[in-house]
Amino acid sequence: MRRERLFRNLLQLAAWLVGLNVLVISITLFWGASPTLRHFGPGFLWSSHWNPVTDEFGALPFLAGTLATSFLALALSLPLSLSMAILLGEFLRGRWLSNVFKSLVDLIAAVPSVIFGYWGLMVLVPWVREVEMQLMPLGQRLGIEIMPYGVGVLTASLVLAVMIIPNTASIAREVLELVPRDLKEAAYSFGATRYEVVRSVIVPYARSGIFAGVLLSLGRALGETMAVTMVIGNTNEMPANLFAPANTMASVIANELAEATTAIHYSSLVAVGLVLFLVTTVINFIGTYIIKKMTVQA
Amino acid sequence: MREPKLRRRLFLNGLFRTGIYGLAFGALLPLFLILIDVFVKGLPVISWNFLVNTPKATGETGGGIANAIVGSLMLVTLATAMALPIGVAAGVYLSEARKSRLAYFTRLAVDVLQGMPSVVIGIIAYLWLVRVMGKFTALSGGLALALMMLPLVVRGTEEVLKLVPAHIKEASLALGVPHYRTVLRVVIPCGLPGIISAVLLGVSRIAGETAPLLFTAFGNRFLEFSPLKPVGSLPLTIFTYAMSPYQDLQAQAWGASVVLIVLVLATNIISRVVITRWKIQF
Repeated sequence: MRRERLFRNLLQLAAWLVGLNVLVISITLFWGASPTLRHFGPGFLWSSHWNPVTDEFGALPFLAGTLATSFLALALSLPLSLSMAILLGEFLRGRWLSNVFKSLVDLIAAVPSVIFGYWGLMVLVPWVREVEMQLMPLGQRLGIEIMPYGVGVLTASLVLAVMIIPNTASIAREVLELVPRDLKEAAYSFGATRYEVVRSVIVPYARSGIFAGVLLSLGRALGETMAVTMVIGNTNEMPANLFAPANTMASVIANELAEATTAIHYSSLVAVGLVLFLVTTVINFIGTYIIKKMTVQA
Repeated sequence: MREPKLRRRLFLNGLFRTGIYGLAFGALLPLFLILIDVFVKGLPVISWNFLVNTPKATGETGGGIANAIVGSLMLVTLATAMALPIGVAAGVYLSEARKSRLAYFTRLAVDVLQGMPSVVIGIIAYLWLVRVMGKFTALSGGLALALMMLPLVVRGTEEVLKLVPAHIKEASLALGVPHYRTVLRVVIPCGLPGIISAVLLGVSRIAGETAPLLFTAFGNRFLEFSPLKPVGSLPLTIFTYAMSPYQDLQAQAWGASVVLIVLVLATNIISRVVITRWKIQF
């Protein structure tokens, strides 16, 4: 009986530790960010000056960089990942080839982000630079300044787009498989083509689930650090256009935290981390909530 | 003869089909490009000397990544040692007490932890250990990686133990075996392949992680076995060499990438084989 109680208590302790952990993490972040929050107030979020030398800190350039790279990456990867999901969840459903493709998609998720970053730096950056050279005259005519750096928002988005394919694809595939068979078969029995079934039965049914998958990928893209840090160019200024170098919330932390010397500098970096944490957590919660609701319904 | 309308519908269907196949292959293309590039550029760099030597002074050619390999192994071991006991115990709790209030909060915490960006986890380890101890240590890097691994282990354990059929458990309880022995001797052994697979998946995820190590384990050019000193790691080496202007180091970064990718993909694939091949049939 004593052992029984000991065993129970140990299990409960572990569960408590996991739960408390997250609570303490949130408190730590707020505590670490508090000097900045007190000193700059909410203006921290919309000031665009980030200058460690003069102790001026505003997170707007990083917010802009994060949003620009994440949404561009989402837009670039959606056609690819949704096609993959439809291929796996509908065209090849239950066939052996589907398993092969699924494993390959999972393989993309397993490649470490630093390798994506290095590949982007060595292969993608020269290629983007070439494209930027070609676009320079056109940019001049339109009044857009394009400097052929190769690194910048566009390159980071391209790398990110590849990295989030597996996230969207696997969630969307699971959602597509939840579509009731009788609905699809009813449509086929009326002589609908596959395209018509996908367009007018499957997608409307799975729409909210696909949206949730997109949200979860967005959460991943917002927090992705290394690959972005290596190809975005790392400047603490507002990006003027897609070809300009920038910084995201994650990349500025990666770049500066180890070298932050003044208390306010490092507290500002923690504050950026706090914002990133809150945003990704909210987005992830909405995503998982929608998916849970769908799974219960089906 | 087919009516024009039907022809149009069939044409659209064919177009759709081609588009889906084309774009889906397009999604896999970058993976192949990356793997080919890494192996073509990295394999020639790899030799016995590359694996067992530490880096030479800047400017000298030669040298290897032994410091990074040892550091990575150390960080992964530290992280597993921290995440495994708590993770498995919490997973067992969640599968046993499914509806308790504590279970609800723990699941919530696991969700939050799983979605937390790795760089934020790095900040936490930095605030908890580096700031307090006043130095970069392997221990703080291990803690950051443990926090990343924890949700995977908890989730994996819970999911697989939920699949253990109730009648097996009830058979054991009916024989008068106490609850804790039933869990330890019947439930956990049944779910062992799943737990091992979850741990391996966690290892494969944290082995390639770089961001939290930048300001915790920090990196080290020399062999270091003490958990209270900064250590190198494979992803950190790739990052620093990649950002260096020396072509020699950049070539070594490809070599380190091969080592890392082989390690990560191997653990990843083994974790999958474990769960499918070694599954206990009920």
